[in-house]
Amino acid sequence: MATTSQASPASDGLMTPDAAAADGPLIQLLDERGELHADERFSAYVADVDADELRSIYRDMALTRRFDVEATALQRQGQLALWVPCRGQEAAQIGSGRATRPGDYIFPTYREHGVAWTRQVDFAEMLRIFRGVSNGGWDPRENNFHMYTMVLAAQVPHATGYAMGINHDQSDWDTERRAAEGDAVVAYFGDGSSSEGDVHESMVFAASFDAPIVFFCQNNQWAISVPFEVQSKVPLASRAAGYGFEGLRVDGNDVLACLAVTRYALEHARRGDGPVFIEAVTYRMSAHTTADDPTKYRASEEELSWEPKDPLLRLEAYLRSSGAGDDAFFEQVAADADEMAAGVRAKAFTFPDPVLADSFKNVYAEAHPLIREESEWFRQYEAGFADNHPGGAR
Amino acid sequence: MTTMTIAKAINSGLRRSLESDEKSLLIGEDIGRLGGVYRITDGLLADFGTRRVIDSPLAESGIIGTCIGMALRGYRPVAEIQFDGFVFPGFNQITTQLAKMRARSEGRLTVPVVIRIPYGGGIGSVEHHSESPEALFAHTAGLRIITPSNAQDAYWMIQQAIECEDPVIVFEPKRRYWLKGEVDTERPALDAFKAQVVREGHHATIVAYGPLVPVALAAADAAEEDGYSVEVVDLRSISPIDFDTVVASVEKTGRLIVAHEAPTFGGIGGEIASRVSERAFLSLEAPVLRVGGFHMPYPVAKVEEDYLPDIDKLLEALDRLFTY
Repeated sequence: MATTSQASPASDGLMTPDAAAADGPLIQLLDERGELHADERFSAYVADVDADELRSIYRDMALTRRFDVEATALQRQGQLALWVPCRGQEAAQIGSGRATRPGDYIFPTYREHGVAWTRQVDFAEMLRIFRGVSNGGWDPRENNFHMYTMVLAAQVPHATGYAMGINHDQSDWDTERRAAEGDAVVAYFGDGSSSEGDVHESMVFAASFDAPIVFFCQNNQWAISVPFEVQSKVPLASRAAGYGFEGLRVDGNDVLACLAVTRYALEHARRGDGPVFIEAVTYRMSAHTTADDPTKYRASEEELSWEPKDPLLRLEAYLRSSGAGDDAFFEQVAADADEMAAGVRAKAFTFPDPVLADSFKNVYAEAHPLIREESEWFRQYEAGFADNHPGGAR
Repeated sequence: MTTMTIAKAINSGLRRSLESDEKSLLIGEDIGRLGGVYRITDGLLADFGTRRVIDSPLAESGIIGTCIGMALRGYRPVAEIQFDGFVFPGFNQITTQLAKMRARSEGRLTVPVVIRIPYGGGIGSVEHHSESPEALFAHTAGLRIITPSNAQDAYWMIQQAIECEDPVIVFEPKRRYWLKGEVDTERPALDAFKAQVVREGHHATIVAYGPLVPVALAAADAAEEDGYSVEVVDLRSISPIDFDTVVASVEKTGRLIVAHEAPTFGGIGGEIASRVSERAFLSLEAPVLRVGGFHMPYPVAKVEEDYLPDIDKLLEALDRLFTY
């Protein structure tokens, strides 16, 4: 983890080559140099963020990155079947996740490790899926953070339906009460998913029923090997107007802007004023998954052009320049991150192997004769090996 | 006891569920003001309002997907798909999401969503309006699939589907919507996932479901004139299948025909034939025969009578059955 550098002065020359910047201005509060800029509309939404909270935000981002590094290493060592890196997207995830309230329900895709962390999902628990011991991992109801969904965009209509349910629950509440106590939903998806019909259908439903939902798209520029230009000819945020609600295009590597914009959008949605679409323009700094090889489809110059925009570097620069973070702070965060990573690694090795017989239990909620028949057959089949395998376990 | 059509029975069953459980709600295209293209939800919007009877955008994946989300929030949504052939834009949501949510969450989440699909042919319609895709869904673990064949079942099975904690697809035999029958509004002991012997016999068994139950009963009546006593089992539930009732009948009669409108290849009939051969092989006097659709897209209306299983095709199969 980098702990020292400011953004290079050369970053001036690197601000334009990416397609994202060429598509127009982004909402930005903290620039690549770590300098704060006032935004007439959105600065107010982070006016309460003091030095302590900024350090805490940085810490979340650093821990997320360290976790990502550890999980990647575990996969390379054959301990995980697959890993989905989120390097480069920490600001979009920590900023948006921290904007939510405990009653809000989050529907992630499969890369939202940072969002999960802001919702108190244990990092190690996120590895269960990738270690092949669970298809869910954590209890979604515990922190209102839904399971990861592998089928692209399939969770977006679920999020919309959940938000429609919130509308039903709160149908007799006035605007004030909704704003104060109301729940909302955030649906996460990527630029690739934005081409799926489920995203389109969800936006139609959400708009038609004024569902309290924020669509949070992390445009990380690449759907595995296919660049953003193949997904859309226009900035995704501009599509929202076609559905009849507001679209906001935010610098996804600026954690303050992501926090501010998501707070605004959630406030708007929970008040009963309908959905908001946020396109967080960011960059996937590593592979799509550990099965992917980005060298086959994108130039290293492009990757290098995004390095100065690293969301951690700019927050570090600001913390240092504002006096809110010194060497001791960053060294402590790095040490804590290493300790966390070691703990995650140790815990991952303690996950018990699942037993297939248990899988029969959760196919149906109510008794089912075929399940009874097949599970009984399997029990007897396994019992046939009891002499050679004590306890019937193999 | 009151007499009503299957359509009215489903309408009344939905009404009763809406009355008894405030978390239940209906969603689908045209189900509100129009009352559905088959008027199955007629009058429900006026009595329960737009929060309980929701006219949705025209988007099947959106309908199923939002139903899943509403179920996760604690509601019991009942989706209407207008026609069998239009369910496929929602197939992904049904098979990859709805069916698996409970298993993926290791039992922590249930999604008690009901999907109503008018299905089957014989209405002289255009393509995609007459299909029988039940086997495609039955192959997916996590779903329950039922199909009523008479008004009494239609009235009660829809209510039991809504009460069920698992996702249930209700295939409604659209060409029987106007078939009248007696409905007992006192709750019966028979649950929606059990088969029922609807005609006793001792020479052969016909297992049928949904739209073909009346055909099987008529064929049994015709066979009786030739001296054959044919038992008819109304399967009622396609997933799970009540094999105990089917096997008990075969053990009594020794001969079995399975009849459905869907193509025989890869269909429910093959599953039943296979299970019966495993469980009642020594009771069988003849191979299990299937009477169903051909391996072709559902044909145009002018020739659908040739495609659909009818009394004559069942009698022909009975003749073959008795040559053994």
